[in-house]
Amino acid sequence: MNATPAPVDPPGTAATDPAADGRPILGVSGLRKYFRLRGGSGGVGPAYVQAVDDISFTVATGETLGVVGESGCGKSTTARLLMRLIEPDDGEILLDGRDVGGRDGMSLRALRRNVQMVFQDSYSSLNPRHTMAEEVSFGLTAQGVKRAEARRRANEVLEFVGLEPAIFADRYPHELSGGQRQRVNVARALALNPRLLLLDEAVSSLDKSVEAQVLNLLIEIKERLGLTYVFISHDLNVVRFIADRVLVMYLGKVVEIGPVDRVYGSPGHPYTRALIASRLSMDPRRRIEAPPVAGDLPSPINPPSGCRFRTRCPIAEPVCGSREPVLDRFGAEPAHLAACHALVPGSGHGQAPDRDGGTVPENEGSRP
Amino acid sequence: MNAAGLTHRDGNAGTFLSVRDLSVEFLSDGMPLRAINGVDFDLHLGETLCFLGESGSGKTVTMRSLVQLLPPTARIGGKVWLDGIDVLTLDADRLRAIRGTQVSMIFQEPMTALDPVFTVGHQIAEVVVWHEGVSWSAGRARALEMLELVQVPSARRRLDAYPHELSGGLRQRVMIALALSCKPKLLLADEPTTALDATVQIQILLLLRELQRELGMATIFVTHDLGVACEISDRVAVMYAGRFVETGAMAEVIDSPRHPYTIGLLNSTVHAGSERGRLAPIPGAPPDLLDMPPGCAFAPRCSRVVAACREYMPDLQELAPGRAARCPRTSDPGI
Repeated sequence: MNATPAPVDPPGTAATDPAADGRPILGVSGLRKYFRLRGGSGGVGPAYVQAVDDISFTVATGETLGVVGESGCGKSTTARLLMRLIEPDDGEILLDGRDVGGRDGMSLRALRRNVQMVFQDSYSSLNPRHTMAEEVSFGLTAQGVKRAEARRRANEVLEFVGLEPAIFADRYPHELSGGQRQRVNVARALALNPRLLLLDEAVSSLDKSVEAQVLNLLIEIKERLGLTYVFISHDLNVVRFIADRVLVMYLGKVVEIGPVDRVYGSPGHPYTRALIASRLSMDPRRRIEAPPVAGDLPSPINPPSGCRFRTRCPIAEPVCGSREPVLDRFGAEPAHLAACHALVPGSGHGQAPDRDGGTVPENEGSRP
Repeated sequence: MNAAGLTHRDGNAGTFLSVRDLSVEFLSDGMPLRAINGVDFDLHLGETLCFLGESGSGKTVTMRSLVQLLPPTARIGGKVWLDGIDVLTLDADRLRAIRGTQVSMIFQEPMTALDPVFTVGHQIAEVVVWHEGVSWSAGRARALEMLELVQVPSARRRLDAYPHELSGGLRQRVMIALALSCKPKLLLADEPTTALDATVQIQILLLLRELQRELGMATIFVTHDLGVACEISDRVAVMYAGRFVETGAMAEVIDSPRHPYTIGLLNSTVHAGSERGRLAPIPGAPPDLLDMPPGCAFAPRCSRVVAACREYMPDLQELAPGRAARCPRTSDPGI
């Protein structure tokens, strides 16, 4: 890419940069979102989908946090909550230590100057009646930038993502390929000069050869603009490739979080182990011979009591149904946390390590 | 006819499906659009062949044309011999008779492929009653047997379930049961695990592998996912812009890809062993089928292009028995 470097600040973006010193740009605690269903659960009272249930994590300035999990685990709901596209039922979201939406907190407008999102479906997330220049400049004009200035900025950002403005600025979404459309979505997100990008399955519906182009673009943009990413994906390999830390979700809960190499190399939670072992090998001589985990995901409407993974877990014991495990440190790496009774001394789980400093065995989740 | 690579050395002996010079043309605003061109291959019973390619490469159209499951505007050319039957000359009634009994198909989205208003037991039984002329109770007995075969838990109870009452993985198992209920000899599988979660996808792939071993079917598997292809297939045909560009045994193609597109696809795919840093993607995008470049369709994106590539479409050249690539430069040094 030979485009202009870091786009200039549009007027009004006076967001203070708290320096890339590892301080969290984003802090989430106790975040919860239940969706009420029409009709009942078949039993008494209304039924709720427990999409995100009491999750907490931080994102350090300048890092890429990968979020993985299967359908219904709450990863997209989390992104939408962070962006305030939906309102949380409970919990706190702090951006640069400031509450969002509270009385003394940050306004939504300021939030969206700082945090932008790229969606999975490059087609439906663009307005079919906007040209690319209109699409990219729309957010700027909404933030009060004059039209001519917004248009100039749109051209600059389009060029930055590798789309020559002279060719693409006046095109409509249907005149672009999937990869080009996704570049426009990235350009639109960058137009406001945000510091945090939420990428929700941003490369998942692209063909492999195009996915690689967009991944390269995202890596390059992050380096050049010093951005922070929350990268949500169902693709374990892509997350491992791009992320510094990874957060694993299952049925609305965080089951494990830690540095990528630790989580992939010695996963603590049985679900993480299963997920990592389900990755296909790309080697016809070393095929998977037995499924790492049986069954399907249960419905998030009435999730299992205690540990939500226990219905599929190969090492589930009675304690797993009666008490919910807490996300906690379990090994040598202080930043590596998992929520499993089998890791906690004295939890009552048969495989739990001894209280007197017994070590957790290194689990090789990924096959050699 | 040059059918290098995917035709068996021993001619027709043991070949269950034989395809020669298959082509499909659609009419798009009155303009003919060549979706696939010059496809040749043979398939044995018990063998799995994978069509690997990106969207628009023609993999699904190729598969569907084998049983004429295409819109009426499609014009299919060439020959398809299925167990000695010349499929492309069959009328509607005779096609209906072989679909389900000789050949059956499973689809990507089980929710849209299954009928929402009938129980899954009824849907499976119906196929058996229709094709084999047995009673409904015999059909239902077969349905139970099939659900057990595909390892649906509490199969007897699930006979009376509607598709929406089942999870995605169970629905896909039901669709496989439906497809296999009349013991077809050829199974066509169109991205059957693409919509599934990772931990469920591997279960379905293992099930398909096991069933194929047990039942000895020939299988054609369409996928865009190299990992899936490696798990399931014996042989692979890499497709680009409606043609086979590289064919061979799965392990050989992965180990030493010879066509620049296959090489690019491998370099573009993030896998478990990918080093962090930058990927080496293929520049550009696949061509528009209505506006194909002259010569080799991959030439505009190819790093090894020479003048001749822009003038004529290279043949699929045999490199070794059972191995072929549509590129004149595969034996050039440094490639």
